[in-house]
This record gives sequence, structure tokens and C-alpha cells, in this order.
Amino acid sequence: MISLNNIEKVYRTSSIETLALANINLHIKAGEFVSIMGPSGCGKSTLLNLMGLLDEPSRGTVEVGGQVVTQYRDKELARLRNQNIGFIFQSFHLINDLSVLDNVEIPLLYRKGDSTGPSRRKLAEEALERVGLSNRMKHFPNQLSGGQKQRVAIARAIVGRPSIILADEPTGNLDSAMGNEIMNILQGLNTDGATIVMVTHDETMAKKTHRLVRLFDGSMVGDSILMSNA
Amino acid sequence: MLTNYIKIAWKVLLRHPFYTFITLFGISLTLTVLMVLTSFIDHLVGSHYPEYKRERCLYLMQVRLEDSAKTSASQSDMSYSFIKRHLLPLKTPEKVAVVSQWAWSNAYVGNKRIKVKSKFSDATFWEVSDFTFLEGKPYNNQHINNADPVAVISEAFRTDYFGLDVDAVGKTIEVDNAFYRVIGVVKSVPVTRIFTSAEVYLPYTLPKSNYRKGEYFGGFNAIILARNQSDFPAIKEEYAASIRRIKFPFQEGPWLKAFYIESEPLPYLDMFNRQLLVGGDSRVFYTIIGLVMLLFMLIPAINLVNLNVGRSMERASEIGVRKAFGAPVGTLLGQFVIENIFITAIGGLIALGLSTTILLLINQSGLILHSDLTINLTVLAISVLICLVFGILSGVIPAWRMAKLPISQALKA
Repeated sequence: MISLNNIEKVYRTSSIETLALANINLHIKAGEFVSIMGPSGCGKSTLLNLMGLLDEPSRGTVEVGGQVVTQYRDKELARLRNQNIGFIFQSFHLINDLSVLDNVEIPLLYRKGDSTGPSRRKLAEEALERVGLSNRMKHFPNQLSGGQKQRVAIARAIVGRPSIILADEPTGNLDSAMGNEIMNILQGLNTDGATIVMVTHDETMAKKTHRLVRLFDGSMVGDSILMSNA
Repeated sequence: MLTNYIKIAWKVLLRHPFYTFITLFGISLTLTVLMVLTSFIDHLVGSHYPEYKRERCLYLMQVRLEDSAKTSASQSDMSYSFIKRHLLPLKTPEKVAVVSQWAWSNAYVGNKRIKVKSKFSDATFWEVSDFTFLEGKPYNNQHINNADPVAVISEAFRTDYFGLDVDAVGKTIEVDNAFYRVIGVVKSVPVTRIFTSAEVYLPYTLPKSNYRKGEYFGGFNAIILARNQSDFPAIKEEYAASIRRIKFPFQEGPWLKAFYIESEPLPYLDMFNRQLLVGGDSRVFYTIIGLVMLLFMLIPAINLVNLNVGRSMERASEIGVRKAFGAPVGTLLGQFVIENIFITAIGGLIALGLSTTILLLINQSGLILHSDLTINLTVLAISVLICLVFGILSGVIPAWRMAKLPISQALKA
């Protein structure tokens, strides 16, 4: 589903070069639920950004669905993200000026073809029902709790029915009860067929996934199967 | 998608009322000035009362006579005799009217002196123009042939001379020690319409017009009404052929022995451009006006660009999310430009209200005598265009900067 081959990522400023990732080879299979762990600053989010085509590697290639996408142009990458990948962020990144329903609709706005207003609305309502927030559609993000915001973010991530969901510390800002709730939703999505890659600091959450990848100082230092997804 | 953009733009406006006030203040003020300017230009060059047929008219104000070396020349309004020889016989136009430049005259009511502009014209003058007669009717060829001392006066003059809403037809006025019987009263014409604006209109055959004086130079102009604009070249050619038949040299006045004549009837705006811009045509005029407007817009637009760029990081998270979920740079660029056009449109609506008020005040103030400045369809269409240009001008650079923001950077901000 996603392959990172000999990936290196260097951040350059005029005076400093920082090696964020080095020699990463990682292959995520369809239907896997993978967690990525490691100390702060080890390159977890950078890795997730590369998988999500939000950033370019300094070296190496990224493949999504068997296609090498490293040389793709902005428009092609945008289309690929829109159709195949859903994102969940630690700080939710909801647009406070839009209602919950409008926030969830966002990925569908950029979908070419049959995405009309009513059909977008219907899909967004379904996604919100899926995360148990159908009674909050007209609310605005600042009227919701942290857990509710993250559920809206999940609804936004799944509304376009992507095959891959990338979650960057989705439970990081939540208490354990809310965290478990979010984790249950993600597990449910994975059971329904979504491939999920999740960055986390929480060992308990990581243990609920199929596979755990460990990073340290920009390098992969562990890749273990925790349970079979078969 | 558009609704989504507009919702965001509206919320962004409400987020910081002071910033919104500053932004809208700048936009409204700029657009107000431009709308008033547009209305003023339209007032000057558009087809308005009583010159509704201006689009079909060619105008000839002056002829220019030159000596053998073309180093010395003399230029003046035309004599009636010249117009009679070279313009009235033209076959191509629908009509040719003769009208003098206005002259200042004095009218007296008791001890009160009223300074008025008077014009002499033929009867065709009333046919090439579309005056609104509040009373009576225009003078006809019979009045002209008989040199009847009759007058058509303006509404404003009627009020000054006889009092408000007092009927004037059949009564006598005294202008420059001569008496005229009023046969018609017309709605007053703005002072800016030099071919038709006056307070007293008199038959050109009256002795005071001096219409018998001069072979070439005199005090008259001609309005040539074509059946349609496509006849303009033929009319010009017929006229050119007529003046080619003039036998040179001849003496014009004590100082000039004329060997050449330069004279060409032109559409209204071209006629002024020929004199003001030394041979320029309407395109030059509109280009200059366009550039001036663009320059005028540029300063507030740059100001708005600065404000928008300064605030762009406020929306970094939104940009990051939209891009992450598949918005290409072009689409985001479009979104921010549309938002800016929306804000400009609000400014435009405020400006429209302000402009209408200002124009009303100018009309009522008498700053431009009898002016009828207005926001008509043409002015409105140009104003919408101006808003659009301003919106794009001030929106593209900040939009481009925002849309190009790297996703990972935007999400971290």
C-alpha cells in the first residue's frame, strides 16, 4: 500500500543542516494498523508526512499503491491525497469558522466529478454518524470537547472513504477515556478495511495495533508484529 | 464550494472588527472616488440629455487655415456661410444642424440683472437633439426664415425671470436690450454639454447672431447626424471632397493668406481628444483614464496586500488542512482571491451608497450647473469591473503566498 525506499530527509537552513530521517525502508501492507513510536524529535511526524505526501524526501522514493510518486506535481499529489489518504492530527486542525458539517465536507470539495452539494452533505452526515456525532452537526468546533473535536477530525478523515488513514498522535491531547474511545473508532475503521498508520507516544495504544515501528534519532530501530491482521 | 468560501470570508471579517473597519474603509473610499470619477466621465462623454443621439453624431467646431509654408495658421469656429457652402449640402448625413457657441448676455427683470448664456441655432438643432419641452415648442423654419424674435428658454431661466412654476410661453423677455417672445421652455441642460447648454435659444437669422459675417471664420459649429455610425467614413469623405473644391489661395482676415485648410468632423470624444491630446483618439483617452484609475487603486491595493500578507499566518492551519485533504495550489489561490473579491464587493456596495449620496450632493450644490450625475447602468457596470480589478489586484499576492505555504509548515504554525 505504502512503500518508503531508502528515504532520507534533511532540513536545511542557511547555516544548519538537520538530518531528520536516514535510510528508512518501510512497507505498509493494505489493511495493516501500524503504530510508530519513538522519543520526541526522532522523526515520527516527518515520516508520517512523507507517507501522506505532505512533504518530499531529500533522497529515496515513496510509493503509494505501487506508483512512485516522488516526482509527481502538486496537482497530482493533491488528487492522490484527496482520493486515497485521510489525516487525523493531534491538534485536530478544525476550521473554527465552519460548522462541524462544513468541516467534515472539506475533502469532498476538492473531489472532481460527481461531488454535488447534497451528495457531499449526505456523506458528511454519514461520517459524523459513524463517529457518534450526528447530534453536533450544526455546532462549531469551539463548542465541542477535545474528544468530540477529534471525532470530527476522524469523520473528516473518513468522509472521502480513503484506503489509508494517517493519524499523528490522535489521542495525544485527550484523557485516557477519550483516548480509548478514539482508539476504538480507529480499530473499527481498520476492521472495515482501512490501512492505518498512527504515530503515538502511548505504549498502551500502540499495543492495540498490528505492528509497531520504533524510531530513534531518525533511524528505524525496531519493526515488530504485535498481532496478525489476517 | 463557493458557499464554503463566502462563509469563511464572512467569518474572517467578523473575527476582527477593527481590522475589517480599516479594510472596508480603505476599499470603500477608493471605490467611491473611482465611481464618482466614472460617473463624471460618463456625464461628460456619454449620450445624455439632450444629446441622446451623440453616438450617431459627428461634430465640427472649427476649421484651421494655413499659409503656404504651413508655419503660420489660424483656427476658429466656422462662419454660417462656410457651413452653408460645405456642410448643409451634404447628402450622406440624415441631418446637419447649425448652432453657435454660447455667448454671455444680460437679461433684466426690473432692476435685477440675470447673466445668461444664449445660443443661436437653426430649426434642425431641435431635431438632432432631444430636448424635453416643459412648455410650448421649438422654433421652426418659418420662424427662421422670417427672423422672428422668438426664444426658447431653459427651466432655470424661466424660474429666474418669471418665478417658480410660472408659465412663460407667450410672454416677452428682454435680453441684451432686445425683446423676444417665449415660445418654448426646455428642461435645463448641464453646463458641460457645450453644444446644447444655454439659457436662451434664438433663431440664427436674428441680426445679433452676425450670421452673415465671415467667409470661413465665424461663431458657429455643426452637428452632423448620421443614419448610423457606419456612415461616418462616407460623411467625412463627402465633406473632404467638398472642401477640396475650395480655391486657394485666399485672404482670411488681415494677416493670413490661406493655402491649405484642415477640417474634419469627428465623433464627440475624438473631437476633444484631437485638441487636448494632440491628435489622440478615444482609445488614447480611455487608456490614460484606465491607467490613472489603476494607479489610484494601486496604493490602497498595496496597503491591503500588506495587511493580508501580515495576517496570512492566522490561517496557516486552514491552509494546511485544505492542502492535506487535496486542495491544489490553484484552487486555494482561487479561494483566497474569491474571498478578497467578496470583501471588495462589500466595500463596493458601501461605495455605491456613498457615491450616490455624493453625486446627489454635487447635483444639488450647483457646482456643475444643472448637472445630472448619476450611477446609471454603464457606470454601474464599470464600477463592478473596478471592484473586480481591485479585488484581484489586492488579493492575488497574499493568496499566492498563502497557497504556496508548505503543508507541513502550515500545520505546525
